[in-house]
Amino acid sequence: MNDDIERYTPSERSNHWAVAVLFILAGLSGLALFHPALFGLSALFGGGTWTRILHPFLGLAMFLLFLWLAIRFAGHNRMNDRDARWLRQWRDVVGNREDRLPEVERYNAGQKLLFWVLVLSMLVLVVSGVIIWRQYFSAMFGIETLRWASLLHAAAAFVLILSIIVHIYAAIWVKGSVGAMLYGRVSRAWARKHHLGWYKAVVRERK
Amino acid sequence: MATQDIIARSATTTPMPSVRQVGEVAKLIDTSKCIGCKACQVACSEWNDLRDDVGSNLGVYDNPIDLTADSWTVMRFAEYENPAGNLEWLIRKDGCMHCEDPGCLKACPSPGAIVKYANGIVDFNQDKCIGCGYCITGCPFNIPRISQKDHKAYKCTLCSDRVAVGLEPACVKTCPTGAIVFGSKEDMIEHADGRIADLKERGFEHAGLYDPAGVGGTHVMYVLHHADQPSLYSSLPDEPAVSPLVSLWKGVTKPLALFAMGAAVLAGFFHYVRVGPNRVEEDPEPGEPIVHEVDPSVHVVDPKGRE
Repeated sequence: MNDDIERYTPSERSNHWAVAVLFILAGLSGLALFHPALFGLSALFGGGTWTRILHPFLGLAMFLLFLWLAIRFAGHNRMNDRDARWLRQWRDVVGNREDRLPEVERYNAGQKLLFWVLVLSMLVLVVSGVIIWRQYFSAMFGIETLRWASLLHAAAAFVLILSIIVHIYAAIWVKGSVGAMLYGRVSRAWARKHHLGWYKAVVRERK
Repeated sequence: MATQDIIARSATTTPMPSVRQVGEVAKLIDTSKCIGCKACQVACSEWNDLRDDVGSNLGVYDNPIDLTADSWTVMRFAEYENPAGNLEWLIRKDGCMHCEDPGCLKACPSPGAIVKYANGIVDFNQDKCIGCGYCITGCPFNIPRISQKDHKAYKCTLCSDRVAVGLEPACVKTCPTGAIVFGSKEDMIEHADGRIADLKERGFEHAGLYDPAGVGGTHVMYVLHHADQPSLYSSLPDEPAVSPLVSLWKGVTKPLALFAMGAAVLAGFFHYVRVGPNRVEEDPEPGEPIVHEVDPSVHVVDPKGRE
């Protein structure tokens, strides 16, 4: 186990889990206002009014920490031709036939796609969220802007939540991933199997 | 009012009590009879115990200049030069229109914060209001206002407390020219017909009733001398309707989105059950060839090879 490879530094892990906790809190408080069927979630935050008060602050904190995380990871998430091939072979991906897939760098195409979808939905959420933040900002905007912002905020939240469902499932499905984000290290076999390109680079660096 | 009389309730997806048949009421505001005295504003503030801040004179008669959480009705004064070159002073008492299809109620996320009574009155329950302001986003008439004191939404109640015990709204009771009348919606339409016929006789050929169909009709209606151009009356919407953006935001998209989220979770569960987890063989057998052959790290892990 001593030759495990470090995949995430302690700061990266802290950053990730801070965003994750804030996502859960902002997500649950937002879902309470998303549809009447979920209004009961507002009880977790001290009632409807507290949910309304807290949600924007939770969301803003999530955005700022996500921004930091995104800046750390953006360089590893540039799409290339191999990624297009990886995505076309999605049946091999979900079928656990990784041996047929092109060599993967630090992140595979699915992870990269997720990264950019998250960046986009977070940006839409923060801009539309400020516009519909009634207590401080809404009075500065016209009614049509408010209506567009309300619609886009809900739509972006939907995309974000759906993406995170996929993200969480992928972590449960691909054994070793959760450990990587919790303890920072992955085994060499894990790195070879899932991220051969990255593994080779790490080994080259060590030589 | 008895809860049996609530026929629509915000953020509620099940049917409301609907066994009782209650007649619909309406307030009729005859702009051709209004003299702009603002007695209705005073009566509103008296009955509802509201005291707005003393504002500033902005050089027009409108005072306060806009609706606020403490001013649920305001007179709006428009100076209109008609095609004959004469000035017409078009005065409109602005306030909640009590829509049959209320955009505020559709937008509100807090169960029961906005209700519609069987008699047509749309009322805000401030104890359930969470202060998000979605009612403002939903309203086609720009009526609700959030108080800066308590961050709750307020608007005209059509004096639901008075109407419930058989009284007319305070503004109706006080109007010195009879420009505001109140009764069953049917009677008010009939009353308006008489007024419109009178106005037409006196040369206002486009006189008519403002009871916009786009919001299912309203329980506050206007008699207008120029019913063909409602916007002359300080931007009264010509064809008000709940915005398609609001309908999309609060309509079919939300249950579909919830369904998709649930489906995504289920899809993950069944993928795990059918395909199973993706594991790494951590302890290959000594004779297992592939890994070792392609493993360039063998030099790194072997201390002898390193030194």
